[in-house]
Amino acid sequence: MTTTTDPLSAAAPGRAMPRIRTRHVVMVAYLLFMLIPIYWLVKMSLQTNREILGGFTLWPQNPTLDNYRVILTDASWYMGYVNSITYVVINTFLSLAVALPAAYAFSRYRFLGDKHLFFWLLTNRMAPPAVFALPFFQLYSSVGLFDTHLAVALAHTLFNVPLAVWILEGFMRGVPKEIDETAYIDGYSFPRFFVKIFMPLIASGIGVAAFFCFMFSWVELLLSRTLTAVNAQPIASIMTRTVSASGLDWGVLCAAGVLTIIPGALVIYFVRNYIAKGFALGRV
Amino acid sequence: MDKVQNNKAWFLVLPVLVLVAFSAVIPLMTVVNYAVQDTFGNNVFFWHGLGWFQDVLTDDRIHGALGRQLAFSAIILAIQIPLGIAVALCMPKRGLWASVCLVLMALPLLIPWNVVGTIWQILGRTDIGLLGYSLSELGIEWNYARNGLHAWVIVVVMDVWHWTSLVALLAYAGLQSIPQAYYQAAKIDQASRWKVFRHIELPKMQGVLLIAILLRFMDSFMIYTEPFVVTGGGPGSATSFLSIDLVKMALGQFDLGPAAAFSLMYFLVILLVSWVFYTVMTNLDKAEGK
Repeated sequence: MTTTTDPLSAAAPGRAMPRIRTRHVVMVAYLLFMLIPIYWLVKMSLQTNREILGGFTLWPQNPTLDNYRVILTDASWYMGYVNSITYVVINTFLSLAVALPAAYAFSRYRFLGDKHLFFWLLTNRMAPPAVFALPFFQLYSSVGLFDTHLAVALAHTLFNVPLAVWILEGFMRGVPKEIDETAYIDGYSFPRFFVKIFMPLIASGIGVAAFFCFMFSWVELLLSRTLTAVNAQPIASIMTRTVSASGLDWGVLCAAGVLTIIPGALVIYFVRNYIAKGFALGRV
Repeated sequence: MDKVQNNKAWFLVLPVLVLVAFSAVIPLMTVVNYAVQDTFGNNVFFWHGLGWFQDVLTDDRIHGALGRQLAFSAIILAIQIPLGIAVALCMPKRGLWASVCLVLMALPLLIPWNVVGTIWQILGRTDIGLLGYSLSELGIEWNYARNGLHAWVIVVVMDVWHWTSLVALLAYAGLQSIPQAYYQAAKIDQASRWKVFRHIELPKMQGVLLIAILLRFMDSFMIYTEPFVVTGGGPGSATSFLSIDLVKMALGQFDLGPAAAFSLMYFLVILLVSWVFYTVMTNLDKAEGK
């Protein structure tokens, strides 16, 4: 059954077999290319520093979890993860909270300057963070937000809000307008309609938007490093500073790296069925 | 969908406006402010007109960075777009393996950028890294910290590793939306594999591919963290791209005026190219809607 619905073999049924093999080879090669660097990181995280520098091996000779123990028992390390997750979550909620009504307005109404406004929002996604690093530093210092989670969360709205508006607008356009009208006739007020009826309808869109907000806030380093010193320092930044300070303990560094991959991997696993849908709208 | 004209919709957009005004307009105005003023310290500023812009436009160092940046973006697009399409065509269409491929491919996208840099920095080392070790075993004198070409190779390979999946996932989503009837029609016409790709799959992927090109252009043009971690912009200035140069200027040397003028022009270049893409895209949308 799969061979008849498969577009590649459907195009040339007589030569289906060799072609399938090529596809598999390409796919496996690509996945290996994706996974080998990650394997290498995991491998080094399971070795002691002496073993890493002692000789070249393809897999750990004496696997040890000591590196992870160092990180999980030292507050200056694990607080980095807490800080990162804190500002990422604040940012995701904040971005979605302001983007939802705006996306509704863009998907349902024409109003003065709507197209210009939409493009202007998108330009913020295009702004190089390097341009904003210094002014952000001064702005947040002057309002007393420097080195707080809120500062980083607000700074990341720069690129996440336009993104969320863009994604949500695409999903909202797919909901027929008749639903809104019926709800108003039934006596729903706008806020009640929006929360009770409309949001459940675009739940997958909200999921996709949240995924991308999480992703871009989680991976960003330049702004989060510039805006924090001690109290809200993200794990990524702790890693870069520890590299220079501790004389390069490769094992601990790799363990910290592996731990930063885990939240992302979990999030992907939960939204795996929606990702393709979100991409299909072409709105990333 | 026909939309209703209603200016009250502005109230729904208001929260976004307030937030973005705080996080984008105020900082941008600060930049504009610095770009036209000079200072001798102590927060005393005076009008400098377009002087900084002239300085930046005639600065050899920035010309070099711009040239490297353009070359880098061009190489990235030339590799990632065809490779991404090829991978998307090879992905399983449905079932367990499709999910597995999707999750594994999306993995590099969710790794913090400096960790991506760290991974490749380690991988490229000849003593402890797989890539560097293999290359030196093959008899190549591999040293990305000394050799400019090697530094470029590792930065490009790293970016391909990091971002090709995004192109592939976009192209894959585009392929998924093609109705089976198209393929059946092609089968009846006995179209070759190439013709199916050229006349069915490529036109149907046009929209998502434009977005992929736009995103990859924008993000490769602003790349900072990964090459900074791997090469630090070196050796010499072989891999110092625009953002690396800018951060060095603004936060390292605190040359506010030139850095601000540089920032504005940098932003404008990205804006201009993106505007062209955006216009082409919306026109395509309209053409499809007809």
